[in-house]
Amino acid sequence: MSKIKHHLSDQLLMSYAAGALPEAFNLVVATHISMCDECRARLETFEAIGGAVLDSAEPETSSNALTVDLAATLDRIKAQDVETTTPRKVVPGVFPKALQDYVGGDLEAVKWRPVGMGVRQAILDTSNSASVRLLYIPAGKALPDHGHHGTEMTLVLQGAFRDDHDRFGRGDIEIATEDLEHTPVAELGADCICLSATDAPLKFSGLLPRLAQRFLRI
Amino acid sequence: MLFFDPILSATRIPHMLTDQTLAEKPDATVRAASYDERANRLPKVPKARQVSTKQSEDTRWVVRVARIRDAQDQQAFAELFEHFAPRVKAFLIKSGADASAAEDCAQDVMATLWRKAHMFDPTRASVATWIFTIARNRRIDLLRKERRPEPEELSWGPEPEPDAVEVIELQQENSRLIRAMSELSEKQRHLIEKAYFGELSHGEIAEQTGLPLGTIKSRIRLALEKLRHTMK
Repeated sequence: MSKIKHHLSDQLLMSYAAGALPEAFNLVVATHISMCDECRARLETFEAIGGAVLDSAEPETSSNALTVDLAATLDRIKAQDVETTTPRKVVPGVFPKALQDYVGGDLEAVKWRPVGMGVRQAILDTSNSASVRLLYIPAGKALPDHGHHGTEMTLVLQGAFRDDHDRFGRGDIEIATEDLEHTPVAELGADCICLSATDAPLKFSGLLPRLAQRFLRI
Repeated sequence: MLFFDPILSATRIPHMLTDQTLAEKPDATVRAASYDERANRLPKVPKARQVSTKQSEDTRWVVRVARIRDAQDQQAFAELFEHFAPRVKAFLIKSGADASAAEDCAQDVMATLWRKAHMFDPTRASVATWIFTIARNRRIDLLRKERRPEPEELSWGPEPEPDAVEVIELQQENSRLIRAMSELSEKQRHLIEKAYFGELSHGEIAEQTGLPLGTIKSRIRLALEKLRHTMK
């Protein structure tokens, strides 16, 4: 846990706390937080603001519109089983539970599709406002240039990649905006697996010539 | 008296949950304040009593959640319900739910509080914060019809209980946060409320809140470290 160097921004954490992020971003945030207690503490701090907002909201005592039916709620409680089990231990794997829920299992359950030059991807099913996919980049290869239109978050799950300035290892998250120009390359030694979400349209399909061009630079 | 129910004292109520122990715990704020005031004047209320009242105030909801967890206490639930259910409903209506959806959802949120009482960690969140997160997630189900990926929940198992002093300190920090919120400018407060009522997109949310959050974060961080240690 202590090795993570690149964290979520306050803006993303507060947006996640407020419930304002698209599902695809939520998945990357939840996966990173599962691996990073520093960001979990920051998230829970932003959630505390939500608690303060909820608690400070003065319901108008004069109106009945906000009265909730206590008897009906107690009936609901009687109808449901009391949850006495502690949360199940997550099966150790490459993916934290949040991600396993979307993949339907750990690494071996991923349905990879080749993108070219040994790179593979698996698009995960989320709502349309943003998209998220797993990327598999063989050691030493460049991450495909998928264009930074809008915001893009890339979380390393296995291996590592480097760009001109930095190294991103397991648990590290890179947040790229439109003005970022760089060529991340998977480190030698281990194939790199990332979870990447963007609110820009997917640009992989139909851009193979451009991808190939990118790869030839290595 | 509420806290010395003989049935409850036979069950596994943590030692923090009595007025007596609460009174024995030092209150950092009150102590700091009275130190500052020493040169000027003595506090009007005798210190021990002030501490006890204030701490009971800060931890009153924590005590009630523990009573639900340990004794399925309907009276404690009714008190939590009276305070929080209308707030949850107001939150959902402000977030765009119609009245009947908000009623249904508020009942569901409060029923979840009962069912998950054992998952609540008072060293990391106030009861209001915990209820906020439940309501937020239900709002996403309800209004956006989306799944909400969540990090693994980390909670204390049946043993050991979180430390009472740490519970009190975190709850005090949350009370301070609520006070700090009321001291913000109208404009700042309104912007934060809009963000948390789900009226702003992530592009419109600015992380600068003007709220003092450093101490809460450090306490949560510490609580997580302890939790990780016990999970090993």
